[in-house]
Amino acid sequence: MSVQASDSAVALGRAPGWTAVSRGFADPLGRLGLALVLLLLLTAVFADVISAYEPTKMLPRDRFLGPSYEHLLGTDQLGRDLFSRMLHGGRVALMVAFPAIGISLALGIFFGLASGYAPKWLDNALLLLFDAIRSFPTVMLALALATIIGPSLQTVVVVVILFSAPAYARIIRTQTLALRSAEFVLASVATGASIWRVLGVHVLPNIIGPILILVSMDLPVVITTEAGMSFLGLGVRPPTPSWGSILNDGYSFIRESPWLAIAGGLPIIITTIGFTFLGEALRDAYDPKLRKDG
Amino acid sequence: MLIYAVNRLALAWAIVVVVIAVLFCMIYVIPGDPVRIALGPLATPEMAASFRAKMGLDQPVWVQFTRFFLGILQGDLGRDILSNRGVATSVLEQLPFTLTLIAGSMLWAIAIGIPLGCYGAIHRGSPVDRIIGVLSVAVIAVPSFVVAVYALLIFAVELGWFPAIGAGRRGEPLNQLHHLVLPSLAVGLGWVGYLARVVRASMLEVMGENHIRTARAFGLPRRTIVYRYALPIAVLPTITLLGIGIGHMLSGAVFAEIVFARPGVGKLVYDAINARNYPLVSGTVLITTGFYVLATLIADLFVAGLDPRVRASLR
Repeated sequence: MSVQASDSAVALGRAPGWTAVSRGFADPLGRLGLALVLLLLLTAVFADVISAYEPTKMLPRDRFLGPSYEHLLGTDQLGRDLFSRMLHGGRVALMVAFPAIGISLALGIFFGLASGYAPKWLDNALLLLFDAIRSFPTVMLALALATIIGPSLQTVVVVVILFSAPAYARIIRTQTLALRSAEFVLASVATGASIWRVLGVHVLPNIIGPILILVSMDLPVVITTEAGMSFLGLGVRPPTPSWGSILNDGYSFIRESPWLAIAGGLPIIITTIGFTFLGEALRDAYDPKLRKDG
Repeated sequence: MLIYAVNRLALAWAIVVVVIAVLFCMIYVIPGDPVRIALGPLATPEMAASFRAKMGLDQPVWVQFTRFFLGILQGDLGRDILSNRGVATSVLEQLPFTLTLIAGSMLWAIAIGIPLGCYGAIHRGSPVDRIIGVLSVAVIAVPSFVVAVYALLIFAVELGWFPAIGAGRRGEPLNQLHHLVLPSLAVGLGWVGYLARVVRASMLEVMGENHIRTARAFGLPRRTIVYRYALPIAVLPTITLLGIGIGHMLSGAVFAEIVFARPGVGKLVYDAINARNYPLVSGTVLITTGFYVLATLIADLFVAGLDPRVRASLR
C-alpha cells in the first residue's frame, strides 16, 4: 500500500519526499522524535518568556540551591538559575548547528557534484583530500584547531564544517556518479545543456532528498560537537551558557550538587535522541530499502 | 589480493602525507603566530627572535615543510617545550593507557552488543527485540562525555562502587581493572548499541541464506544452526566496524581520560593545550592520526582477505 502511495505521488508530480515525511510521522518513535525536537526549538526561541531569570545573573547568596518553585533546577556555583541557563544553552546549540550545517551542505554539494562530474584525475585528487581530512580523529583535530585559532563559537563552526563538508561531498559524489550515465542526464547533455543546467536541474533534485535526511541525522552530531568542545573549554566562552559548559561546571562541582550535571547533560541526551528518532523514521519512510530490520 | 593490498597501502600512505601537509598548514599558514602561541603575549622581541631561530621559523616556508616532513619520517616530532624531552617519547609513554581503555570499551561492546543483536534477530519482532532496538538507537545517540559524567556521578560519587579518578596502582591488575570499568563503559556504551544493530541486521540476512535453509532441512537443532553456522558469518561486518571504531573510540577516550583524570593520550594533549605546549599538541595529533589510519588499514585488509567482493571495489 505504501508503495502505491509513493507511486501516485510521483505521478502527480509531487516530490516523493513529502509522502515520506508524512509516513515518517506515522511511526510512534518518529512522532516522539518530532515532539522532542519541537520542544527544543520552542524552548530555545521562547527562553526569555519561559524563564524569569537572566541566564548570567549571579546571586552569590544562592549558590548550589536544590530545585524549588523559584528555581526549577536549582542554582549553580555562582548562584545562577540553572533552568534558565539550560534553556539559553539550547539557543547557543542551535545558533551553532544551523549555520554550520548550512555551510557544510553548500560546500559538500559544490565539491561533491564537481568530484562526481569532473575528469578522473580531479575526482581522485578531491577524494584523497576528503579521505585525508576525515582520517583525523575528530576530537584531536578540534583540539588542535582550537589551540591555533582560539576558543570561540566560530571555532566550533569551523570544526563542524571541516568534518561534515567532506562527508557530504563524498556521498553526493557517489550519487552523482550513479546519475551521470542515467538516460535522462545523457539526453539532457545530448541536447546541448550546459554543465550547470545538467547538474542543477537534473542531478541535484534527484539526490537532495536522501541528503536532507542525512543532514537531519547529522544535527545531533553537530550539537554534540559544540557541547563537547564547550565541555573542554574550547567552545563558547563564559558567561554565555552552553550545555557543554554547564556540564563541565557539573563535573567540577560534582560533589557539591548533582543538579549542574543534570541541567547540562539531560538536554543533550533529549536532543540527540529526539533528532535521531526523527531522522531514523524519516529515512525508513523515505527509502524502505535502507531499513536495517528488513 | 596482492594488488588490492598494494593499492590500499598506497592510499593509506597518501592519506598520511596529506595529513602531515594539513597539519603543517595548520601550524604555519593559518593566522596566529606560533611564537606568540608558544611564548604567550608577554614575550619580548628578543625572546621571540631567538625562539624563531631555534625552531627554524626564520627559514622560507618550503624549507620548513621539507624539514618538518623529513623530521617526522625519522621519528622526530620536535621537543616538548616544558620538559625538553622528545615529543614521541612522551606520546608513546601514554599510548598504552589509551589502548587499554579502548580495548576495555571494545570488550563492553562485544560482550553485550553481540548477544543482544543475536537475541533480537532470533526473536525478531518480540517485545524484547523492540526494546533492544529502541535502546540501541538511544545509546548510540548519547555522547560519551555525558555518559562519563553521569557514570561518575551515579557509580562513583553517589553509590561509591567504583573509584572516581586515576588508572589504579602500578602492578596491581585487579585495582587497575576496577579503575577501568567506568571509563571504558563511557567510551563503549554507544558501541554496545551500534554492534547490537549491526549484528542483528547481518544475522537476519545470514539466516535467510541457502546453507542455513539446508541445515534446517537436515533437521539440525536451532542452537547448532545459530551458533555454529549463522553467527560466525554474521559477526564479520563487526570487524570492519571495530577497525573504524578504534578512531571514534579514541575521541571518546579523550573525554573519558579527562573526566576520570586517567593518564593517556587524551589527557596528555588536553594538558598540553592548557600549558600552550605546542609541539606536544601537534605531535600527539600526528601519532594518533597515524594510529587511526593504520587501524582502518588493517581492518580493511583483514576484511578483503575474507571477502573477495571487497577486493574488486578498489580497482
